[in-house]
Formats: sequence, structure tokens, C-alpha cells
Amino acid sequence: MIDKLKEAVREHLEELELVIGYGEGYDPLHATPIFVRRPEEVDRLLWNPLCVYNLATYLYGLKGKKVGVVVKGCDSRSVLQLLNEGLISREEVFLFGLPCSGVLDLRKLAERVDVGRVEEVSWQEGKILVRTREKEETIPLEEVLQDRCLSCPYPTPLIYDVLLGDPLPPKGENEALLRQVKELEELTPPERLRYWKEELERCIRCYACRNACPLCVCQDWCAAEARDPHWISMRDGVKEKWMWQVLHALHLAGRCTGCGECERACPMGIPLLRIRMKINAELRELFDYEAGVKEGERPPLLTYQVSEPKIEEPKW
Amino acid sequence: MSGMEERERRIVGFLCNWCSYGGADTAGVARLQQPTDLRILRVPCSGRVNPLLVVKAFLEGADGVLVSGCHPGDCHYVEGNYYARRRLELLKRFLPFMGIEPGRFEYTWVSSSEGQRWQKVATEFVEEIHRLGPFAGWEDEG
Repeated sequence: MIDKLKEAVREHLEELELVIGYGEGYDPLHATPIFVRRPEEVDRLLWNPLCVYNLATYLYGLKGKKVGVVVKGCDSRSVLQLLNEGLISREEVFLFGLPCSGVLDLRKLAERVDVGRVEEVSWQEGKILVRTREKEETIPLEEVLQDRCLSCPYPTPLIYDVLLGDPLPPKGENEALLRQVKELEELTPPERLRYWKEELERCIRCYACRNACPLCVCQDWCAAEARDPHWISMRDGVKEKWMWQVLHALHLAGRCTGCGECERACPMGIPLLRIRMKINAELRELFDYEAGVKEGERPPLLTYQVSEPKIEEPKW
Repeated sequence: MSGMEERERRIVGFLCNWCSYGGADTAGVARLQQPTDLRILRVPCSGRVNPLLVVKAFLEGADGVLVSGCHPGDCHYVEGNYYARRRLELLKRFLPFMGIEPGRFEYTWVSSSEGQRWQKVATEFVEEIHRLGPFAGWEDEG
């Protein structure tokens, strides 16, 4: 697939200002976003399960330029959602679509190998080979993929200009993530509050979840930092952290495509995707809606129906 | 009447200027007794109620939050409450997931002629909050 990708990038580079793809990172376990502008840079491109980042995050900031971007299935949904909201224009993006069978969760891998001492990583059919200074280990990919990839509903990009590889069938309907939501729902509300307090206690409000989010386009105008209205104070308490996460989730309601970048980017390992999945599941039930899967669809909270079949009348 | 025997709870009501606020007034003019621990905030429309206002109220120590607007179809601004209905329904389903008991947040529709209905809504909502007790929230925080 990588040869096809390089070939396609080379072919279209001339008509594009830059192409955003994945390249080698600072160690064998990390890929990093790279910006290809010249033909000789094309060979730096990389494609493997380390390509975790959602490159659609860059698109809004690069508005006005004609940009090529490498997208996986999940990333393509973010692009589609940005398009549906009119935040970017279709003429300005060129999508190199890659069918993806899952990306790595480095936290899971860290439980198996000393990730700080990895010297070489290679790939076999369905397996990752990791060589550290001390030993070599072969791990089935299924055991170290991100949870969201385990039952990925859209491994093949939903929107693209060129598709570089054969389409892959869906792995499921997000069962792995929905199970996590379900587990939380089985707790009583006070237990759940305790759970979130414990998890969110660790939040350092670095806003990495926001910065990694492809749909968080407000940048310097983010409500979290606004002084008027002053939604969240600078006080360092768990309730402010809780408020920030609720604010983030509500501002993404009907927009979040569940790409999981918030959770991956979180330096404190807070299970943020569960919050998003809960809202997404409710929206699916209420409005039969999923963000970023259909072209031209309006987010459900920006529209209404005179009679809402799924919303019950208030009890009084 | 609820709330008379025990300590009052902090309960916030966001009421639409064009209907529920008038409805509460109608109830008052008709001398229908209402609970005293519901603090009413007048808003121009239920569509004005940013879900974050509700969240913020809980953050600042509210034990319950009620939003009441015009019946769907009767919005002074034609469609404000249709948008509100979607947002508030989602919020109602979402808040319990983040740890706020179901029942602490409710939304409903009361017109300005429905004084009796307002009395019923306010009384029953306040009773429910008393049943749930104070929202523990962030109390154990140092």
C-alpha cells in the first residue's frame, strides 16, 4: 500500500501546496505527521499501525490552501463532518484514502514491553515484532490495537479522491467501546460520579484533548478559556475538570465522529472516549444519526422536527 | 407543602418569559401555594437555555434544575423550543452518565394560562429533589 501511496502523492503533488502524511518519528515505536512539499520528500512517507494520528485535525487551520491529506476510515469521517459543517471546502482538500485494519495503542504495548528501550519494530501478517536491547517479542496485533479499532465500523474511508488498497469489511459496530459505556451505566449515579471524580482528578487541563480533536475549531475562542461568560474558573479542583470535560463533550454533541484522538492524546490516560460514545449512542437512538458518515447531513442539534417520534412527552 | 418541614434545597428554574414565567405568575395571582425553594430565573425562551447553564448550576451547588418553556408549537419565536427540546433531552440522558442522578434535571412545558399546571410541576419537582436529598457533588473536595 505504501508504494501505491507514494506513487499517488508523487502524481498529485504538483497540484497541491502540501501533502500531510505519516513519517518516521523519534523512535521506532512512533510515527509522526509529516508535511510533504517537494517530490524528494515523498519517500519519507510511511504506512503501518503506528500511524495513529488523525491528520484531519490540520485541515481547518490550513483553510485557503489546497492540501492533500492521508486518511484512514475514521479520519475520513472527520473530514466529512468538517465538510458537512461548512468548515472546510471540498475543492481545497485532496484525500488519499487508506483502508486500515487498526492502529496501535501504545499504552497497551507498554504493558508488554519496555517501550523506552525499543530498538527495532517490524511487522508480520497480523503481528508486531518488537526488539528491545534485552529481548525480542512477537505480539498478535489484536492484543495491542486501540479499543476503537477492535470493532471498527468503517475501516475503509467513506470519502476519498484516490483509494490506495482494497476496501476492508467492517469489523463490527463499535461493540468494544459500547461495552465500556455499558459497564459504566451499570453503576449507580453516585458510584459513577465517584468514578469520574477519580478519573478526572488526574486531568491537568492541558487541553491536549481539545488540540487533538479534529472538530475543535474554535482555537483561541474556546469557551473554556473565555472570561465572558466565565464557564470555568482557573481554580484547580475536580469540579472544574469535570466541567471542562462536560463542556467539551456537549460542544461535540452531534459532531464527534469517535476518532478517539482525545483519549489517545491525553497524557493522564483518562478514558475520554467513553463520554463521547455515550452521547453518540444517545444521538443514534434519538435521531438515528451518526456524525460524518453521510454527505450533506445536518448535525441533529442544529435542526428539529415538529414532532419528535423518539422523544417522550415530559411526565407533567 | 414540600420544603416546609425540612431544610430548603437550592433548586433553580429557568422559565421562559412568554409562558412558564407567566404561568408561575398566574399561579401566584390565583393564590396557589408554591414551594419556596425553587428559585426562578426568567429567560427570553427555553431555546436560550444553553445546556451549560444547567451544568454550571449543578457545579455551583444546585440540588435540582428545572427548565420550562412554551408547549411545542407555541413558541413566541416560532421554533426556539423545538431546538431546546432536542438539546435538553440529550442533556437529560447525558447528565446521569456523568454522575448526576436522574430526576435532578427535568424540562417541561407550561403555558401562561396554566397556573394550576405550574403549581403541580413546581410542587412535584421540588418534592422529587427533597426525596433525592442534597446533591453530594463535590462536597468531599478539600
